[in-house]
Amino acid sequence: MKNFFSSKQGIIAVGLAIGVLAPLLQFWGNPGNMGICVACFERDMAGAVGLHRAAIVQYMRPEIIGFVLGSLLAAFFAKDFRPRAGSAPIARFILGAFAMIGALVFLGCPWRAILRLAGGDLSAIFGILGLVAGIWIGTIFFRKGYNLGRSQKTHASVGLIMPLVMLGFFALMLLYPQIDKEPQSGVLFYSVQGPGSMHAPLLASLAVGLLVGVIAQRSRFCTMGAFRDVILFKQSHLLLGVIALFVAAVVVNALLGQVKIGFEGQPVAHTQQVWNFAGMLLAGLCFALAGGCPGRQLFLSGEGDGDAAVFVFGMIVGAGFAHNFGLASSPQGVGPHGIAAVFIGLAVCLYFGLTMRAKA
Amino acid sequence: MEKTIDARGLSCPQPVLDTLSAIAAMGSGKLTVLVDTEASKENVSRAIQAKGWRLDAVAEDGGEYRLDISKG
Repeated sequence: MKNFFSSKQGIIAVGLAIGVLAPLLQFWGNPGNMGICVACFERDMAGAVGLHRAAIVQYMRPEIIGFVLGSLLAAFFAKDFRPRAGSAPIARFILGAFAMIGALVFLGCPWRAILRLAGGDLSAIFGILGLVAGIWIGTIFFRKGYNLGRSQKTHASVGLIMPLVMLGFFALMLLYPQIDKEPQSGVLFYSVQGPGSMHAPLLASLAVGLLVGVIAQRSRFCTMGAFRDVILFKQSHLLLGVIALFVAAVVVNALLGQVKIGFEGQPVAHTQQVWNFAGMLLAGLCFALAGGCPGRQLFLSGEGDGDAAVFVFGMIVGAGFAHNFGLASSPQGVGPHGIAAVFIGLAVCLYFGLTMRAKA
Repeated sequence: MEKTIDARGLSCPQPVLDTLSAIAAMGSGKLTVLVDTEASKENVSRAIQAKGWRLDAVAEDGGEYRLDISKG
């Protein structure tokens, strides 16, 4: 059966759907220009389970749980669930950690960079430029033979690990629900102020997450891939979806009164543009070297890709480092050690890019 | 001229990169590409058709795909 979502119309439809749903999630309670942000939400989840103790960013985001479970459902029904693993897992973990650190220097993943711009935050332009620059550097490594090596087929139980972890997180949410004005419920931490305290209703967030997980798995939606494919292959298929996401988000934000154009005073953002650029340069390079944006890594992990799951765990642990070591930015600017972390991350990427020229 | 690219186990964008490198080197002829994800199958199919090559046949066996492509 032909997969509609793999067509040009399909990828545009998926971009439009995400571009409508993300501003709606913001309207229903998620933080400003953060209707969906994979990096921010994984950071919140890291906080929810206590991997960091930044009190303003702790919440078990149902959207992320939905992404993985929706992807699993789509892959299962389309007979596209293919358990596989074993392609340089430790490198993918480290790339995930530094991708998160770079994203938190900018304050957002590629999806949020687009959503920030769609909400009028002009600082996002520097982040998007950094993202594209990072991906461009990644394509140079690919042209020179960079390769993380082959994965292998594995047991279905391995492919199910990330969906099971997400089910476990959801069970924790149900066992230990948020208590009004309480920073902790059982083993879970909940922000009582700041971005972590802002969220759409649980069922709405979960439903959107599931829907996006389904359609993104079928379409292979990937913001990093969109730019990479243009640079590497001159192919605009995925980019059509990203453009559709941006256009839809601009329209829906305008209809909902969520547009505020300018650099200053934007929600959960700072104006140190060099570091907005450099943070996403690092993140974009990590995404390119690992083969997918953070959303795509979640969808891949849902369809059985254990290597993508390792990248996701790297991002979650990276969020812990980012907040425990003062690497993450805040609306006041970059963290005390964020700049050093960007340089270290770029050096690590250079090491990977130059040394991992695997024999295919 | 005939050639086979074994891109099984390789993640995005390697299957497309390997295929496009091969067709650039060959100019024309027949090429077989082996992949093991539906995403790679779709990506390779889209890429070769954009370069003017034909997708002659796709065969699936145990979750692996064999793509026969050609340019006359």
